[in-house]
Amino acid sequence: MAKYLSIVERAYHGTLEEQDDTILWISHMAKKAGADVSVLLRANAVNYAVQGQNAEGLTFGAAALSVPPKLDQDIAELIGAGVSVYAVSDDLERRGIGRGDIVAGVRLIAQREMAKLFDQHDQIWHW
Amino acid sequence: MASGKTLTISIMDPPYESGTTTTMLRIVDAALKKGHNVNVFAYEGAVALPLKTQAAHPNPVKGTTVEEQHHPTTSGFISALFEAAGLTGAKLDWVNCGLCVDERGATEWVEGVRRGGPGDFVKFAQESTNTLVIGTR
Repeated sequence: MAKYLSIVERAYHGTLEEQDDTILWISHMAKKAGADVSVLLRANAVNYAVQGQNAEGLTFGAAALSVPPKLDQDIAELIGAGVSVYAVSDDLERRGIGRGDIVAGVRLIAQREMAKLFDQHDQIWHW
Repeated sequence: MASGKTLTISIMDPPYESGTTTTMLRIVDAALKKGHNVNVFAYEGAVALPLKTQAAHPNPVKGTTVEEQHHPTTSGFISALFEAAGLTGAKLDWVNCGLCVDERGATEWVEGVRRGGPGDFVKFAQESTNTLVIGTR
């Protein structure tokens, strides 16, 4: 079976309106559809792996966002569904995010190891 | 109570694709709550923000129904902002760029939104305390 690597780089674009990150979502859907897909978080998207994010409390006039996004849980559920989730350790370090801050099960790779990770997949989906 | 000040915002991003749309709506909400008038000039993809044909959907990844997910729509938020304006006596004037609307077929909007053009944006800027342009990146 072909292996796909889905790279998430842009972070928090429309996540409040969609209650999800669209690429994490479609990667999860691809897994459900039978694809052998992995996810690589890089650049600002490494923040998706930070535990304890809370986007509650947003209102516009009397309209409230009653179901906010829970991106750390989405990452945990991806891992639970059998998707390998990687994060670039250099990008975490640049943002002051410690290894103890991120969701369990996220695999860290150094930037210099990315090419090797690409070689382990048949297609790279760089969104 | 109305402050007498007016903020104009120009936005280009479409719904569901950028954090700037949420940020813009938050700024409008905060300004209206302080009694400031707000003008919005929606340009290019932003004319889809108040589309009344937007519909909530379930989330098959999470297994939630439409009701459980309570999926938000930008048009719903904009309607709420028009209602909020009335509470403080501030005015929200939302203009959708007509040519941008035509090329997208994005013609059905929630109540309060009106069709206009670049001339409205100029008039807004001239009559406002300040103007915030939020371009697409």
